[in-house]
Amino acid sequence: MSDVSTMDRPRLARHVRLSFDPARQRHVLLLPETVVVLNGSGADILELCDGRRTVADVVAELGVRYGSVPDDEVRRFLTRLVARRCVELTDG
Amino acid sequence: MDSPFGLLAELTYRCPLACAYCSNPVNLADYSDELTTGEWRRVLGEARDLGVLQCHLSGGEPLLRRDLVEIVAEAHDLGLYTNLVTSALGFSRPKAERLRAAGLDHVQVSVQSDEPVLSDRIAGATSFRRKVEAMRVVKELGWPLTLNVVLHRQNIGRVAELLGLAEEAGADRVELANTQYYGWAWRNRPALLPNRAQLDAAETVVRDARERLRDRMDVIYVLPDYYSRYPKPCMGGWASRQLTVTPNGEVLPCPAAQSLPLPRATVREDSLDRIWAEAPVMTAFRGTDWLPDPCRSCDRRELDFGGCRCQAFQLTGDAARTDPVCHLSPDHDLVARAVEAANAGSASPLPLVPRRRTRS
Repeated sequence: MSDVSTMDRPRLARHVRLSFDPARQRHVLLLPETVVVLNGSGADILELCDGRRTVADVVAELGVRYGSVPDDEVRRFLTRLVARRCVELTDG
Repeated sequence: MDSPFGLLAELTYRCPLACAYCSNPVNLADYSDELTTGEWRRVLGEARDLGVLQCHLSGGEPLLRRDLVEIVAEAHDLGLYTNLVTSALGFSRPKAERLRAAGLDHVQVSVQSDEPVLSDRIAGATSFRRKVEAMRVVKELGWPLTLNVVLHRQNIGRVAELLGLAEEAGADRVELANTQYYGWAWRNRPALLPNRAQLDAAETVVRDARERLRDRMDVIYVLPDYYSRYPKPCMGGWASRQLTVTPNGEVLPCPAAQSLPLPRATVREDSLDRIWAEAPVMTAFRGTDWLPDPCRSCDRRELDFGGCRCQAFQLTGDAARTDPVCHLSPDHDLVARAVEAANAGSASPLPLVPRRRTRS
């Protein structure tokens, strides 16, 4: 599995839903047969993954919000979700 | 105590098929007083409050419930991820469109074989072509599609062809699950348990397919626990991540647990959160304090929780013993003997006793 690059445009896979769970007070990804419980920064990243923004755009927007955001951590997080087929990359 | 992630809503045990591997209860008449639409609405709302995120609508055949669209809509409005597990009989295009509009997220279609005659024979009903047609409708309406196949001695030789069928149907996932020996399947165990050569061949096919289809399709293969060294981590731990509500409102940690000699808990008499927290059927085997030897001192106790309670009860008469599937269990010879018989028997298939039909 190749790593996500800064020029990729990630978005949630069609069958995946990002949702907030009030019982656990956490964001979750809902898939057929699986739930992925996210931490706060994971949810922030995924909320910006709309298939139009590049990874570089996502990192820049999070940087405005939180100060500096490590680009390699965002790419590692997305690479893991691409491997689990939760996130798709659209062509630039 | 954790919150459950998934609710298995067994809407009805009525079913147009008569599969000999069915793991639903044999005493179907006990479940004919089904929950009403209103009762299911309340159960779904309580499940959501309890932390449930996924709702698996199953049975029997859930499409036999005339209120299925309403139940899906309610679950969807509550924010649950909804999953229909169906034989595909009754999944007409107009019905499918109504389910889509109601917010259904995912469809799982069961198939008995890739080969029409064998599939219909195992299902005990003419059904194969309707299943293929239903899979086409699922994809046309834009749903993710899972193909469910229960594997056993009489179809495990067709795993390559079954994967071909899934690929042709455009399935996103295929679940190849070896039979679990509960309910009707227990009665048919000698005719269903595969031999070692069959399993080895199937596993090779699955490994190759996973590699080849990596970017297109998830291939889930559920091992036959009779051939495993260690037991399955049943439901991720007793009353830990999942709960089941049966057609008449009984609440269980797993669909097979109705067989255990524990007091009944029902949504008709209590709320779901109280049952989850306090009912003996939930607390009896929760966590690891109850574990017997040799599990108590085993490094794997947090991995498999002593295995399956229902299997321990079925094989030994005591639900609190180590799952006899484990090679460390003092009762392991009960499983070893069945495996021995499966490998000694003739190659010609034994007759299957089809599941008794129920009036719908």
